[in-house]
Amino acid sequence: MEVFLFGIAKDIVGKSGLDLSSLEKKPDNVGELIQVLTDSYPEFNKLTSLAVAVNGEYATNEVSLQGNDEIAIIPPVSGG
Amino acid sequence: MNKHIIEIVDTIDTAVVYDELSDPKSGGICVFVGTVREFTNNETVVSLEFESYKMMAIKEMEKIATEASTKWPLNKVVIRHAVGVKKVQEAVVVIGVSAAHRNECFEACRFLIDTLKATVPIWKKEMFKNKTVWVSAHP
Repeated sequence: MEVFLFGIAKDIVGKSGLDLSSLEKKPDNVGELIQVLTDSYPEFNKLTSLAVAVNGEYATNEVSLQGNDEIAIIPPVSGG
Repeated sequence: MNKHIIEIVDTIDTAVVYDELSDPKSGGICVFVGTVREFTNNETVVSLEFESYKMMAIKEMEKIATEASTKWPLNKVVIRHAVGVKKVQEAVVVIGVSAAHRNECFEACRFLIDTLKATVPIWKKEMFKNKTVWVSAHP
């Protein structure tokens, strides 16, 4: 289960993707993913906001994660 | 019925948008062009670097174009955002709408750029002489 990282999330983790299958306990939903992420990389706690997209849609904490989902970490957006 | 042009591109040509929005049923066209500003808080910006989650950015831009077309009777909509390194004065985003009357043009154009800045997964890094900053990342 690969998670795409963009913007400052890429800088915090130090790469553009994170392989969740390497973790001892894989997160079952978006809320758990955010928890794992902020535990492993406390810099995420300092951001203005932190969202997760599942298959290209903003996802709330309850949304469950399946093996074939496309998952992305969305730090504060700043287009325009 | 509504024609939306939604794109993420490497370089923006601001000259093409008039033809894209021109329409016999429209009495007005509004275009907003976002450009690279030389100063942020009195510090000299060398360039901006944009990155997008392209698949999702296109989806989100489609959503706001559709929402704008529901709120106002628009004939055409253009949302085009650039990625990569952009220098001072270069265009980074073009938003355009055409409609029968000017009110809906102005209102829809404003809605589109404001909503794009809030929801579309595009990130901007300011490159100063001695540092780089991801815009809006920290409070």
